[in-house]
Amino acid sequence: MIKRDPDLLLQSAPLLKQKLSIPTAMRDVLLALLPALLAGIWYFGLSALLVVVVTILGAMMTEWAFTPKHQRSMALSDGSALLTGVLLGMTLPPALPLWMAWIGGAVAIGLGKTLWGGLGNNLFNPAIVGRAFLLGTFPIAMTTWHVAAGPDQFFNLYSSTLALPFMQVPPIPQGTLSASGGGIHLVDGMSAATPLGLMKFEQTGTPIFSLMFGNTAGSLGETSGLLLILGGLYLLVRRALEWRIPLAIFLSAGVFTLLLQQIDPLRFPDIYFTLFSGGMLLGAIYMATDPVTSPVTPKGAWIFGIGIGLLIVLIRNFGGLPEGVLYAILLMNAATPLINRYTQPRIFGRSVGRSAK
Amino acid sequence: MATPSSPYEEMMKGLWRDNPVFVQVLGMCPMLAVTNTAVNALAMGLATLFVLVGSSFLVSVMRSLIPKQVRISSYIIIIATFVTIIDYSLLAVFPKIHKELGAFIPLITANCLILGRQEAFASRNSVGYAVMDAIGMSVGFLFALLALGSVREILGEGALFGFNLFGPNFEPWIIMILPPGGFLTLGLILLFFNWITEKRKQAQIEYQLAEERAS
Repeated sequence: MIKRDPDLLLQSAPLLKQKLSIPTAMRDVLLALLPALLAGIWYFGLSALLVVVVTILGAMMTEWAFTPKHQRSMALSDGSALLTGVLLGMTLPPALPLWMAWIGGAVAIGLGKTLWGGLGNNLFNPAIVGRAFLLGTFPIAMTTWHVAAGPDQFFNLYSSTLALPFMQVPPIPQGTLSASGGGIHLVDGMSAATPLGLMKFEQTGTPIFSLMFGNTAGSLGETSGLLLILGGLYLLVRRALEWRIPLAIFLSAGVFTLLLQQIDPLRFPDIYFTLFSGGMLLGAIYMATDPVTSPVTPKGAWIFGIGIGLLIVLIRNFGGLPEGVLYAILLMNAATPLINRYTQPRIFGRSVGRSAK
Repeated sequence: MATPSSPYEEMMKGLWRDNPVFVQVLGMCPMLAVTNTAVNALAMGLATLFVLVGSSFLVSVMRSLIPKQVRISSYIIIIATFVTIIDYSLLAVFPKIHKELGAFIPLITANCLILGRQEAFASRNSVGYAVMDAIGMSVGFLFALLALGSVREILGEGALFGFNLFGPNFEPWIIMILPPGGFLTLGLILLFFNWITEKRKQAQIEYQLAEERAS
């Protein structure tokens, strides 16, 4: 009889196993996003919470509906639909009508993921597909921003949040909700321009302090720069982040901005503004790095990031829209298969000159 | 040349089995460009019907007279004749729709669906078959145009054939009246169509298997 020593167990390769799996990777990103998300809810109140919850519901319900029966429990428990919902929710304006948020979540998963064949097969980042669809479909609701009111007005619900499906802002039932004793008030909300809007249309900057701590108008999860960076550092420590992509984005956007400033310092924004405003941090750290839709090779990651950075600065400064992160990432997502193809490493044992094919 | 079974079958194949849009994916230019409302889709469908039936008839009648070397240009001249007729008729009777459809009425001439039917069918079959085939194809095309136009008008403007469906507070889906909405809706309709076809095939295979097992 052979006694089995657990340390001498024979097994086939791979002998070194990583603990990384899809659920743990998703959980890491969700954890990293949590502080910024909570900050968004802190600043924008109950409406923001509802928008995120409904977006997640839309994403999860679509994932459930479009997955074959025997894969359903697995598809939902790996957390990818949840993450898509959270990411999309964080890019939405806090006062968005809930039915639009639901459609956004449903489109993100339906059009952005399941149509392509599910997780791992999609060309575009699902959350960004959802946001692009919403932006094209409801441009007014998607660009109505509100002042970050802070926690003392947590229970003030924006009236647009409860719009009936397919309808615009409902007639405010004055006092009906507050009279019920729940302490929830319907308010019209004070609309405000985002820092990027101010820069684009009024040439007004925003102090870096506000950009860092999140008390500006904007999408509900993108305003707290510091917390987004902290989440990114957490991912870096956990080695769940392709650091080359955000670094390349920051570097190329920064260098391009500095060049523009050499040309006309009055017209173009500062470098800190470029890097910390709008969806830059959220997009660069959490969306561009989606392992499914970004290049697999290190060289490819650099090209991908540099492309995104350049496109962001181009769209923001020379395009019609104040924000360009969304389209920059979408465009480079489309280029990802090409980048992968051209940055294949040389196959070991073959000469440099010959092509890898 | 396969012998067609009956003129009626030639007509029915255009509606579903060989639907010009859903199966052959022909005529995409008018399909995407003028289907932002159901009325425009209907007008375009009827205009195409007129042109296709008229030119199929004429091509089939003249099929032994047209020399092979110049057949394509002859077809185009015949098609263009009917397009000119419908162009001026629309301008005279419905100037508003004519204005909305704009350049896409003259462009019916270049609709590959129409030229394709002349080359593939009308020039090789007798008049009766050719006309029935043209009717089937253009009704199939009209059906597809209407499906796309209705979806886009309902979501994009909250109306159908100009009748408001949702009341004044409707939030329009702007993307639906823009080109991306056309592509999206067409893609989803194609998806749905293929899904149905696939299901039918599956059912047929299972039926056959069951029969084999039984015998």
